[in-house]
Amino acid sequence: MAADIWLVLWTLIKILCIVLPLVISVAMYVWWERKVIGWMHARMGPNKVGPAGLLQAFADVVKLLIKEVIVPTSSNKFLFFLAPLLGLVPALAAWAVVPFDQGLVLANINAGVLYLLAMTSLGVYGIILAGWASNSRYALLGAMRSAAQVISYELAMGMAIVCVLVLAGSLNLTAIVDAQKGAGILDWFMWPLLPVFVIYFISGVAETNRAPFDVAEGESEIVAGFHVEYSGSAFALFFLAEYANMILVSFLASVLFCGGWLSPFPASWGFIGAGGWWWLFVKAFLFAFLFLWFRASFPRYRYDQIMRLGWKVFIPITIVWVLVAGCLKYFGWVTVGA
Amino acid sequence: MNRITSYFKSLLLIELCKGLGLTMRYMFSPKYTMRYPMEHIPKSNRFRGLHALRRYANGEERCIACKLCEAVCPALAITIDSAPREDGQRRTTRYDIDLFKCIYCGFCEESCPVDSIVETSVHEYHFEQRGENVVTKSQLLAIGDRFEADIAAARAQDAAYR
Repeated sequence: MAADIWLVLWTLIKILCIVLPLVISVAMYVWWERKVIGWMHARMGPNKVGPAGLLQAFADVVKLLIKEVIVPTSSNKFLFFLAPLLGLVPALAAWAVVPFDQGLVLANINAGVLYLLAMTSLGVYGIILAGWASNSRYALLGAMRSAAQVISYELAMGMAIVCVLVLAGSLNLTAIVDAQKGAGILDWFMWPLLPVFVIYFISGVAETNRAPFDVAEGESEIVAGFHVEYSGSAFALFFLAEYANMILVSFLASVLFCGGWLSPFPASWGFIGAGGWWWLFVKAFLFAFLFLWFRASFPRYRYDQIMRLGWKVFIPITIVWVLVAGCLKYFGWVTVGA
Repeated sequence: MNRITSYFKSLLLIELCKGLGLTMRYMFSPKYTMRYPMEHIPKSNRFRGLHALRRYANGEERCIACKLCEAVCPALAITIDSAPREDGQRRTTRYDIDLFKCIYCGFCEESCPVDSIVETSVHEYHFEQRGENVVTKSQLLAIGDRFEADIAAARAQDAAYR
């Protein structure tokens, strides 16, 4: 009995050790986003609150938390408040299977990739419910767009991951990273799977409703899309879920295609050749930066173009590349494992 | 053939990469932001800001109540009453400028035969009560006294080009 309580407590501590840094990194990510986009616009970005504007995100959090949560009179109250939670919980729960280092993972389950796909798909329910429960035209339009887009790109994303599974031969994320071990950067799955690697990341951008696929929010057409009726802390939950998902996609791209915590240099190079969690964070940071870079560079896609890209370009390429990956594996052209 | 090359170009995301390269260059380019309260853009000598009434060096006010500024003002922002002073000179008894009506065209300054009403380079001012937008003669004279050095320097520098 006592052992059970300790297990629960120990797991709770581990969960806290993942969620707290995640929430703080979301705040810093928002700051970094505003900084980077500012620089790319030849502006300075936030630079007043704290040194270099570092506390800007925390000021925004405080502002959101002390604002009133306005509930539209014609909304469905229960679903209205359930929706942000449904958006946030899968975004946080998905982190349970992300391996930060060898053995440094909350739940080293065998079907980790399957769990991830399930969790990232659940997030769309929060968006649909938010759009429907608000009882607002803009919110409903945004929710419909978002649902169609997320479901379409989920297919391409899933097929891209199937390519990784074919090469790695496992659904366990730690095993997938181990399968990429070898002489550094050249043994990562991103090289034999380069097209699906690109497709995976672009689908990840579409999946999290980020620019240039942010028609679900579409400020210029439907105001803010599914969260137009949300304010204060309820909006903050959506915000947190979106950014947690972006960071998750960055980590997954690193784990699935870029060797997770493995060093890009050969093991014989001493300290920088050794793997470690810092490599995973460096890679994830680069991918997270790409999200912001895209947002600063590209105009929003038209809705039918998004659908065309997903169904007519990405899914065919990934299906073909599943076959290619199968051939690579079957003929032993790809080295798997050290 | 053309369609095929354009197909491969779009497939290889060449144009998107060009766009990313452009934004990356801008990320490291010098920033145009002027951090306003701490930094200021240099102003022209002809900048038309807050109004002022000037005095001669001996302390005598310049304005002779000719009312040319009142007549020329396109926004009807200036109101002048005049009466003879004790020594018989004609002077204004009232010189009000409604800064909400004023369009800062500078015609009053152009029309003034004695360089009395001027527009200074001051643009950072505000009102806290309703009615404070109408500045009176004493206020205008006080502004003139306060910024006389700047006003005179700007007029002297600009004189050669007029």
